[in-house]
Amino acid sequence: MTTVAPSPPALGGAGPDPPAVEVHELTKRFGDLVAVDRISFSVAQGEVFAFLGPNGAGKSTTINMLCTLARPTSGRVSVAGYDVGTQAKTVRRHIGLVFQEQTLDDQLTAEENLRFHAVLYGVPHDQVDARITKVLGLVALSERRRDLVSTYSGGMARRLEIARGMLHTPKVLFLDEPTIGLDPQTRALMWEDVLRLRAEEGVTIFLTTHYMDEAEYADRIAIIDHGRVIALGTPQDLKASVGTDTVDFETADDEAAAAALRRAGYQVEEAEKGLRVLVRDEEAAVGPLVAAAGVAVETVRVHRPTLDDVFLHYTGREIRETHAEAMPMRMRARFGRRR
Amino acid sequence: MTTLSTTRPATGATGETRLSQELRVVGMVWERELLRYVRTRTRILGGVIQPVLFLFVLGYGMSGLVGTTGGFNFRQFVFPGVVAMSVVMTAIFSAISIVWDREFGFLREMLVAPVSRSALVCGKAAGGATVAAAQGTIMLVLAPLVGVHLTPMLVVEVIGLELLMAGAMTCFGVFVASRIQRMEGFQVVMQMLLMPMLFLSGALFPIKGLPTWLAVITRINPLTYAVDPLRRVVFAQQHMSAAAQLRFPTGVTLFGYSLPIVVELAIVVAFALVFFVLAIRGFSRAE
Repeated sequence: MTTVAPSPPALGGAGPDPPAVEVHELTKRFGDLVAVDRISFSVAQGEVFAFLGPNGAGKSTTINMLCTLARPTSGRVSVAGYDVGTQAKTVRRHIGLVFQEQTLDDQLTAEENLRFHAVLYGVPHDQVDARITKVLGLVALSERRRDLVSTYSGGMARRLEIARGMLHTPKVLFLDEPTIGLDPQTRALMWEDVLRLRAEEGVTIFLTTHYMDEAEYADRIAIIDHGRVIALGTPQDLKASVGTDTVDFETADDEAAAAALRRAGYQVEEAEKGLRVLVRDEEAAVGPLVAAAGVAVETVRVHRPTLDDVFLHYTGREIRETHAEAMPMRMRARFGRRR
Repeated sequence: MTTLSTTRPATGATGETRLSQELRVVGMVWERELLRYVRTRTRILGGVIQPVLFLFVLGYGMSGLVGTTGGFNFRQFVFPGVVAMSVVMTAIFSAISIVWDREFGFLREMLVAPVSRSALVCGKAAGGATVAAAQGTIMLVLAPLVGVHLTPMLVVEVIGLELLMAGAMTCFGVFVASRIQRMEGFQVVMQMLLMPMLFLSGALFPIKGLPTWLAVITRINPLTYAVDPLRRVVFAQQHMSAAAQLRFPTGVTLFGYSLPIVVELAIVVAFALVFFVLAIRGFSRAE
């Protein structure tokens, strides 16, 4: 595991608050298969923490262990300060869960689904109505409060599930592939909801995803592959760890420009066409670069490492290939789930 | 304040408040069952049509064969049985909806909640019992059409027996549902379990004077002990002649011993309790 950089919120319980999630040497074996292999990490309170990896990497197995739905083979996990092994019920009371598959009763209204959940999680009688109003507001579904869930779109149902997960004011909200099967616009909306929840309710959010662009929203990302955490850090740190930003130039006179830039202290390489300059921060660098080149600049192309590059760097392959390959497996998982 | 166990919830709930929390869950699961029942009109209608078919088609068809004895005919005989059928089918349907809940994911929402499985099964059984008793009571509207005389007291007794029968069958159904992982399994259960149980319970024919093998099966069938009390209380209000009572007998004999109604009810209660426990265990294993 490569811990790229210490991130702002306290790591390993060093800060004033105990971590929301603390995982130590967690392992899960299914027979000979090691699904999760001695992983350790901790998530600070109020953090948005993403588990990024291809399907079959061990994301869901890990999240299930954190939610007390699967028993670890070995290792220790505490969530919201409680041990998942010995205090499973208490853990469940303090976490919110949103599963990959929908778990709403579509013959009930949104309000009835929420009321059912409130009772199951022991929300005090006199607070139920206020909480329902609050969480529906958070996901912008107040207008649809009394509508049957069967009339909801996929995205609305997913947002209602997120609202339901928040109903009993959990310390940690777990989202397993929350945006799976949603269109890009709905995904963006859902992310707005999630970030609003964090801002207004101060909840810690732990989610799994295999969408690179989504992981960008997280404060920190753990990249998991073959059951191991292979990199952990903020999106910026992870990207910085695999390479620097580059700016490609084509100018009227490349040689003169290269010489001028080198004199100005830049690291310049010959590119296929034109020049490539390695910079620390592409956005701030372009202006001064053009000025320093001293000749007429024809084209400027900037490139900043993406999480795709990060994934490629650490796993040796692109998440998309592994994703495409894992597709039939996921469908099997979806339909074969109830053996 | 008494500490009942070492792993108390963080809220510091006492045994008492935890009990009230469990009761709240029972009430909520029960309420959901009722909401779903009243929302599916087709289900209510479907639950009426099949027994009506039995009552009138079989009732008129067999009446020609069986004839009228002392002013009492087969339709009157079969009426309590048809009410029982309607109750049992609704109860099983209600319990089996767990298979749907599994299919559509809602079961997971219930099973991961920090509540006891017994509270969930209790609520489900209470809900199934209420819904099925309601369905059976709707059937009573047909009583005057087939010449069955009702009194307010009789209706109360019938509802009581319906609740017991339905509660038992819901527990049984919940247990079966805990073992069924797929929707297709539901069809099999209906064909292989429910129909034989109904047909061999004495709902549609008197269970006296049967060939031995059939008599044995009906005595093993727990439904027999739920159908007979219903018929007994209905017949008690019908002013039947001695000849009619002989022609359309009630009561279950076991090893030559005629069981009192209390014993029959005790058997149903025992059946309910056994499957209540099995149902809880069935869901404790899952997930």
